[in-house]
Amino acid sequence: MSNVEIANGNELVAEAAIAAGCRFYAGYPITPSSEIPEHLSKRMPEVGGVFMQFEDEIASVIAAIGASYAGYKSMTATSGPGLSLKQEGIGLACMMELPLVVVDVMRGGPSTGLPTRVSQADYMQARWGTHGDHMIIAIAPSTLIETYTETIRAFNLAEKYRTPVLLLTDAVLAHLHGRVEIPDISNFEIIERTQPTVPPEEYYPYDVERFGIIPPLPNKENWRKYKFHMTGLNKDKTGFPTVDSKKVEEDEERMINKIMNNIKDIESFEYYRVDDADVLVIAYGTNATAARVAIDEARSKGIKVGMFRPITVWPFPEAQVFDLSKKFKKIIVSEINLGQMLYEVQRASKGNSEIFTVLQAAGVPIRPQQILEKIEEVSK
Amino acid sequence: MSVDYSKYLRMDKLPLYWCPGCGNGTVLKALLTAIDELGWDNNDIAMVSGIGCSARGPGYVNFHTFHTLHGRAIPAATAIKMCHPDMHVIVFSGDGDMTAIGGNHFIHACRRNIDITLIVVDNWIYGMTGGQYSPLTPTGTKASTMPRGNIDPTFDVVELAKGAGATFVARGSVAEPVMLKNYIKKALEHKGTSVIDALSNCHIQWGRRNKFGDPVKLVDYIKSVTVSQAKAAKLSKEELEGKYITGIFVDDPTKKEYTQSYKELIEKAQAKA
Ligand SMILES: Cc1ncc(C[n+]2csc(CCOP(=O)(O)OP(=O)(O)O)c2C)c(N)n1
Ligand code: SF4
Ligand SMILES: [Mg+2]
Repeated sequence: MSNVEIANGNELVAEAAIAAGCRFYAGYPITPSSEIPEHLSKRMPEVGGVFMQFEDEIASVIAAIGASYAGYKSMTATSGPGLSLKQEGIGLACMMELPLVVVDVMRGGPSTGLPTRVSQADYMQARWGTHGDHMIIAIAPSTLIETYTETIRAFNLAEKYRTPVLLLTDAVLAHLHGRVEIPDISNFEIIERTQPTVPPEEYYPYDVERFGIIPPLPNKENWRKYKFHMTGLNKDKTGFPTVDSKKVEEDEERMINKIMNNIKDIESFEYYRVDDADVLVIAYGTNATAARVAIDEARSKGIKVGMFRPITVWPFPEAQVFDLSKKFKKIIVSEINLGQMLYEVQRASKGNSEIFTVLQAAGVPIRPQQILEKIEEVSK
Repeated sequence: MSVDYSKYLRMDKLPLYWCPGCGNGTVLKALLTAIDELGWDNNDIAMVSGIGCSARGPGYVNFHTFHTLHGRAIPAATAIKMCHPDMHVIVFSGDGDMTAIGGNHFIHACRRNIDITLIVVDNWIYGMTGGQYSPLTPTGTKASTMPRGNIDPTFDVVELAKGAGATFVARGSVAEPVMLKNYIKKALEHKGTSVIDALSNCHIQWGRRNKFGDPVKLVDYIKSVTVSQAKAAKLSKEELEGKYITGIFVDDPTKKEYTQSYKELIEKAQAKA
């Protein structure tokens, strides 16, 4: 890809996946994500990778997981209804501790909802969609260039922490066409799963005693010689099922800790004009662009307002929001749904701040004017 | 010549989790014997399963093994084959796993004609979860969710696989293990999607409800309801009612195999790029 491209968000996700080393894509078409498979159906064979359109979303996520087991960096992309179908598979990737990137181009719902319209209503589904205790990493890019850079980061985190990572874009970002200056790929650190160096007969995929909290995982070159077992059942260090309460609980906790103990490496957020602000807006994804415009407008009218924007939206930036709650008496939460991150902000701010909202589930973006009006109202 | 099974088994994972006399062991043994006769290297074999009693099979063998979700073995196996086309990829799972919850993946694998072998351990029941009826539970027989006898018609796995485009289809049973082994061997050698309907005994969950709680009696019963293709040709439609015909029904090497088609697609794409 040349440095300056006219592209939409979906194409940028697809190109970034290839740049990150993804060589296996499986999916089932769904608006507004379909340009991702369309683009990859052309590009994957060019780079010698696998592109497959499966019979449904369940097959797609399972195939991507199978490819990851077989040593490949893999991805699947979908939208709300498809994400619901993939949830059992996402849990399988959590349990097997296999790297996987799942792109969810958010549209309105529940059910078929608003296929072509924007929403951020999968925020909670991303976190809690699969059953059982688990931790998830989810990233919400806000601009075209971020759809590219954050896709690369999604792959890096998946590989590094052996975990599924969700990339939450939306119908607006997906279809927004713009000129994007793509940084040279050599500027990015591309992370690969750590490779086992022990003799094959000594390798176990969950041997934390020997290898540490995130054991190595064979890549496609090494996979053939390392034979190992994986299961969706609670497993011991060898990868075989166990019902030993102590082992099960330790493993469940470790799978959460491998993410939470590395939160500094995983978290990502932006503070925008908060230093001297009296009022704080919290917004993410596409909607943060509207919030930014509203904040600039309010500033030009002399209102001191700033924004906190989570980029890694899961795990939720709890510590940061708690600190902000001590500083800000008034926080406005804005998202394109009827209030989902809102619960997290309420929880993390521990009652320190008065919380206002600009929420909307109408299939259209929240306008900067709507956020501006709320800023003016609460600053009175 | 006797086979040294310790070459294939993960000896430290024994004893088997299965009930004594379970047909899963017979089918697994037939598979390992076929592999031994082919002289394949363990490193070149991937064995994938869904969830169920039979799906525990891969856990006992020293191949690349992947125990997925209920019904989802086939897409995982497809992906492994696409990533490593020179590997031998085998799915070993139950009748419920492959023809109920995984039925969609089953027909689409057959349609693609990807070179994987699907062994349906067909014990007529959901063994693991306590004997609920499956799409292959014989009509009229009892299941924990059909206490008055099954009213559902069954699938004929052979016809299903044939109709969906599989290029090797055979049916054998645990009552004739050598024949089963021979069919499996042919299936493994075949380049394309191969399907084995392996009639198997679950004397516990199907048998106990249907007066066949003893494994030997159930295996004998299975024998009594199977007929070879040659014999079947001489029987009337009425005489074949409730019978399972054994044999090789499809063996077609002419249809293009999927990883080959994909390889050509890559060549085309790269020539242009
Ligand atoms: C999504 C999902 N639904 C249901 C189950 C419960 N379940 C586990 S195994 C099984 C049936 C297994 O029957 P079969 O595939 O015939 O295998 P067998 O035990 O007879 O070998 C069911 C219903 C599950 N594990 N996951
Ligand atoms: S319940 Fe049936 S299928 Fe399961 S192990 Fe026992 S005999 Fe075999
Ligand atoms: Mg069964």
